Amino acid sequence: MFSSSTNSDSGRRCRKTSDVFFRYRFHQRRDGFMEVKISDDERRLLGELIDQLRELLLSTSPEGQLDPSLRRLYPAAYVDDVRQEQEYQRSTRDQLLERRLAHLDIVEATINDVELSPDSVTAWITTVNDLRLVLGTQLDVSEDDEPRILDPEDPQEQHRAIYHYLSHLLGEFVEAGGD
Amino acid sequence: MNQTESSPVIADEENPGSMTDADTPWVVLVWNDPINLMSYVVHVLQKLFGYSSDKATLLMLDVHHKGRAVVSNGNREKAELDVFKLHEFGLWATMQKDV
Repeated sequence: MFSSSTNSDSGRRCRKTSDVFFRYRFHQRRDGFMEVKISDDERRLLGELIDQLRELLLSTSPEGQLDPSLRRLYPAAYVDDVRQEQEYQRSTRDQLLERRLAHLDIVEATINDVELSPDSVTAWITTVNDLRLVLGTQLDVSEDDEPRILDPEDPQEQHRAIYHYLSHLLGEFVEAGGD
Repeated sequence: MNQTESSPVIADEENPGSMTDADTPWVVLVWNDPINLMSYVVHVLQKLFGYSSDKATLLMLDVHHKGRAVVSNGNREKAELDVFKLHEFGLWATMQKDV
């Protein structure tokens, strides 16, 4: 995923959004709904990323070989029993795929909403994390990968910027809904 | 501080066949990984298992510092369901017999 055609100016977007990074942009109401104040640019970026993730998810047939960047989405359950692990993958991979696609649909349908139901919040949070898992796998991130000044010479910089943006977004989301 | 250890099960060595498969205790482990945020791991443990913020945070810190933590246990069926739920949320979870 995440061909370099995730076009546009994510660099500009990130600079533009950084000035609101430290305000509370997510607010959990007492009725369980979450108020979301992110910019239209961010919503457009998320919409593009969702389209790409859906395409990538659907590119792998249930029995087929996984795209390497998807391996974190289908972890092993049994590490010391090959037969049981095969059975686990056989019985759960479709379910995991269906659940992810359903969440993508929910996020897509609510991408411009300023308040989200509790179910939609779960879909947003898991989808943003799925995007991070795929991008982070592609970028081979380590725990020491802190945001830093972008290197314009590095072709992966745009993906790295998006990854760190998604990390921040998820952190905001979880902090608002964590109690 | 280690509240994550499940209580050890004493095997009946004189009568090893006394325990059926459904009784065999399993543990569910979450492993450290470089992608999942610490706050996200706490959020997921609270949401899935109803753990308090304190308990979920202690478990997350165990994952972070020790590389893994036991987050739930039960028979094989329950353990597999718990692993599946964790996989739905993108956590790196595995299960194994409690020894």
